[in-house]
Amino acid sequence: MSLALQQEDRPFLPRGVRVVEDRVRGGKVLLGPEKAVALDPIGEAILSRIDGATSFGALVQDLASTYAAPETQISQDVQRFLAGLRARMFIAVKGPKT
Amino acid sequence: MNVPAPIAMLAELTHRCPLACPYCSNPTDLLAKENELDTDTWLRVFKQAADMGVLQLHLSGGEPASRHDIVDLMQGAHDDGLYTNLITSGIGLTPRRLDALEAAGMDHIQLSMQGTTADLADWVGGYKGGFDRKMKVAGDIAERGIPLTLNAVMHRHNLDDLERTIEMAVELGARRLEVACVQFHGWASQNRSQLLPSREQTESAKRIVAEAEKRLRGVMAFDFVPPDYYADYPKACMGGWGSAGLNVTPDGTVLPCHAAQTIPTLSFENVKDKSLSDIWYKSEAFNAYRGTDWLPDPCQTCDRKEIDFGGCRCQALAIAGDANATDPVCKLAPGHKHLVDALAEAQSAQTPMIWRSLGQR
Repeated sequence: MSLALQQEDRPFLPRGVRVVEDRVRGGKVLLGPEKAVALDPIGEAILSRIDGATSFGALVQDLASTYAAPETQISQDVQRFLAGLRARMFIAVKGPKT
Repeated sequence: MNVPAPIAMLAELTHRCPLACPYCSNPTDLLAKENELDTDTWLRVFKQAADMGVLQLHLSGGEPASRHDIVDLMQGAHDDGLYTNLITSGIGLTPRRLDALEAAGMDHIQLSMQGTTADLADWVGGYKGGFDRKMKVAGDIAERGIPLTLNAVMHRHNLDDLERTIEMAVELGARRLEVACVQFHGWASQNRSQLLPSREQTESAKRIVAEAEKRLRGVMAFDFVPPDYYADYPKACMGGWGSAGLNVTPDGTVLPCHAAQTIPTLSFENVKDKSLSDIWYKSEAFNAYRGTDWLPDPCQTCDRKEIDFGGCRCQALAIAGDANATDPVCKLAPGHKHLVDALAEAQSAQTPMIWRSLGQR
């Protein structure tokens, strides 16, 4: 299966995956089964908008307007970031709302 | 040098275990129950770990469910904000116990797999009925939706079942599968001739994992640990000695890796005498092989030195006879011929399998 998200796909963090404050090193960290991934501000901005309700398309639009950046560029960056997490099973995806 | 805070801690709560796997990573001198840290001491250690930056806590053993206080320990670790992982054979995890662990904040379970059939798995684990009980527990875990990793320890006797192993992991609802070829430390080191897969098995395993990884993208993630005896370069021990993780043994001894006690020139400190932080940052054993300054030749001038940090210290000692040497797995290592000899010996002379047991080698 392809890891790429469609416009209407709604990503979410499955049970056992969460974003927490790293109180020793600072910043946020993504914790999942046997892995910890330090998040840069961009990763944090993406993951903080993932709630299982917001679609990939809406997420990209929100980021593009918040950071005044071109949507095509943002879309590519977010897609690459989320596909990597999806391969590790750190995010899961619901289809479009029916 | 600037020492980073540790990310992960392996708490070997006990050496007790109903299984007797002949590749157990516990030392051959097993600690008895009366040597184990008590509940309060473990809770203090978890708190110290969280305060110094540990994010991931692996509750292991032996079989961690052999501890009567496992639920209290889980609760304490969870309250400290640690991500909790129970590394278990599943034996002793009754539905009631699973419920209690879940309520105590258990984040994830890593369940070991000895084989794909009861005959094979019970023979490897040395425990009749173990496979059936494990399958029952796997069902109980799936029913509760607890995130599950299956840890399939692979060797000559089960590597040909790899495809079925992968299928089973999917059937059991595992989110991750570790295909972990036996590493020759602990009990495995005396069973090398029984456990070392053939080169053909190893090559075939690599192909099968690569193909399955592609096919199961988005369904299950893989972690593959190939047998390093057939590799050209060594693995970075623990991602670099004293850089990311630490182990605490059942009696509170703190180690940079689970086999470190095989190095007789090092002495290891105990959480009963010192804080975890003091041991991590200041102890001689943790500083012995940190960074790259200590590296021998040819590592010093090698462009891989920041990748593998000279490889595994315990393997350098066990195979090349010198813990300060380049890991003999490396084809550039002066001691590589010792590895070639060990490989040839393991492939020719068959010695009987020795299962793990208390009080005998």
